[in-house]
Amino acid sequence: MIENRQTDGLQQLRSGFFANLVVAASVGAYGSVLGVLAAKKGLSWFELLAMNLSVFAGSAQFVMVDMWLPPLPVVEITLAVLVINMRYLLIAASLEPLFAGTSLRHKALFMHLVADENWAMTMARFHRQKVTSYFLLGGGICVQSAWCLGTMTGHRLGAVIAEPERFGLDFAFVAVFTALVFSFWRGRQDLLPWAVTAVLAFLGASLVPGKWYILIGGIGGALTASFIPVSKTKAAPHG
Amino acid sequence: MAEAGFAVIAAAAVVTYGLRLGGLLLAQRLPRTGRFKRFMNALPGTILLSLIVPAALAGGLWSWIATLCTALCSLKTGNVFLSMLLGVGIIAGSRWLGLA
Repeated sequence: MIENRQTDGLQQLRSGFFANLVVAASVGAYGSVLGVLAAKKGLSWFELLAMNLSVFAGSAQFVMVDMWLPPLPVVEITLAVLVINMRYLLIAASLEPLFAGTSLRHKALFMHLVADENWAMTMARFHRQKVTSYFLLGGGICVQSAWCLGTMTGHRLGAVIAEPERFGLDFAFVAVFTALVFSFWRGRQDLLPWAVTAVLAFLGASLVPGKWYILIGGIGGALTASFIPVSKTKAAPHG
Repeated sequence: MAEAGFAVIAAAAVVTYGLRLGGLLLAQRLPRTGRFKRFMNALPGTILLSLIVPAALAGGLWSWIATLCTALCSLKTGNVFLSMLLGVGIIAGSRWLGLA
């Protein structure tokens, strides 16, 4: 029984790893750009590696390196990271069903390697086939490896691809998420919440600086869903 | 400098990990009934859409076209890799031709 569970976990780990390989390629390319910037700012190879392994959040790390000027503004950088990564609060909350019934230790170990990419890959499959938290972890290992490989190479040798934008790689993330979005569609009940999400995310991105739009759109849309009557059958009057 | 560097990295790491684990533990404590349940069930889709919409719209006409083609390809073929290649290819092509 235990053996079965172990082989199943290993299998999930592997398929999670392979499912994220493609998106990991663009993660690596952007990593090399960050590596170059970090070297210019005087971050040591070891500091960058420590940052990759411990923070592991792309856009936050770009901002950290950007703000990396002596004397280091510790509080300002930490606050900036907090705001940029606030979306992980929602992303992690949405993973609750995947982790149902697992121990606190399991959660504490697995949650560190949650990035946008492997989260989306995992949730896209969650309701269609059997995926477990090992699938998520496998994807996290894949993305983390590509991120480290890219940034470390960039720091030592210069960017692998100097201008990823020329190859449309900046669009790779939007494209992957777009290709996955249909797996998240649950039917007509999603029409209004998704419309609200799109409008709020767009307005949020144009009016509020930073990454708040992800929270504004995500929470606004989900709140809409929570206030829509469950079915079309006449609801009993509120009592 | 070196010490301050690692202090910044440690602070950023603690904050980020706190959000990752905190979100999951917080969600566990929410009731899984009624409105809360519907909120949580809708959340993955609305987060993903929030990640896409501003980025897709910000890139201008070719970005809209590429997003549309990616979506259609994914809907027709169900192949994430192929759909992504198509989207990235359209963006790269439009830039090479000086259209965007």
